Amino acid sequence: MGELINKLKHEIIEVLNLEDLEPDEIETGAPLFGEGLGLDSIDALELIVLLEKNYGIKIDDPKKGKDVFYSVQTMAEFIEKNRA
Amino acid sequence: MEKIFITGSGSIVGTNICTDGKCGFNPQDFPDFTGFIKAAYKHFKIGFPKFYKMDNLSKLAFLTSEILLRDRKLTERYKPEETGIVLLNSSSTLETDDKHYHSIRDRSNYFPSPAVFVYTLPNIMIGEISIRNRIMGENVVFISEEYKPEILYEYVTFLMTNGHVNACIAGWVEYGRSGKDYESVMYLVEKVDFTNLNIKFETSYLEKHYCDLKAKHYG
Repeated sequence: MGELINKLKHEIIEVLNLEDLEPDEIETGAPLFGEGLGLDSIDALELIVLLEKNYGIKIDDPKKGKDVFYSVQTMAEFIEKNRA
Repeated sequence: MEKIFITGSGSIVGTNICTDGKCGFNPQDFPDFTGFIKAAYKHFKIGFPKFYKMDNLSKLAFLTSEILLRDRKLTERYKPEETGIVLLNSSSTLETDDKHYHSIRDRSNYFPSPAVFVYTLPNIMIGEISIRNRIMGENVVFISEEYKPEILYEYVTFLMTNGHVNACIAGWVEYGRSGKDYESVMYLVEKVDFTNLNIKFETSYLEKHYCDLKAKHYG
């Protein structure tokens, strides 16, 4: 799980162009949206594309997104549970 | 007709950045736009992380507006709806259109990026400037084959004499499809000449100023 979390942090920085951030600065359990990294709705869409492109996981139910993308931790758990 | 004045200018031609005719930042060690614009962003200590998410056209427009508007206290002098933005360019968003096209042309590897797609309309550069400066006045982007100051003159003059616009950011922001050719020049146009320089907003001035900037960079 630790390796996946680290990989996710790098991928998030890359796809969301968070150039001011280092992977270590993203707290694994901290919220990604709102008070966390301050991501917006376009970022949320990019994260959906990231899951599909890099991990082959499609989020069919948009309501799930809020829980899946709460933090890097919840994203990693969702990937572990759903990837083939 | 009511007099309208140019009260400031900001420009980026190649790596030459000028404000009100004074050129201070001109780094020579950046072979491409990406490295140059990031260095300029840091040099001017802008502190707006969303900058990194913008496409190159918006980065060019945003940075030009930053160097134009810094220390002008625009928001203290005008209500949000009193400031307009009128921009002109030639290549529209072709560079970003290409990026989007490459992400969708292969149906078996079809991953369009939402963050790229939102920049496939040139008006978004106005959106970025408006959000940053809380501007809510009339705005438009015209596409013209080449720099035609008369378009800027006519539309800005119309807005400022017939509408509620008392200040306007007007200019040319061109980012070519290849990414090698880019240039921008923006003016702050106001009904009151706070500078006392008495530079009238006229086509002849816009033309001459643009030619002078090009000559300064290309010789």
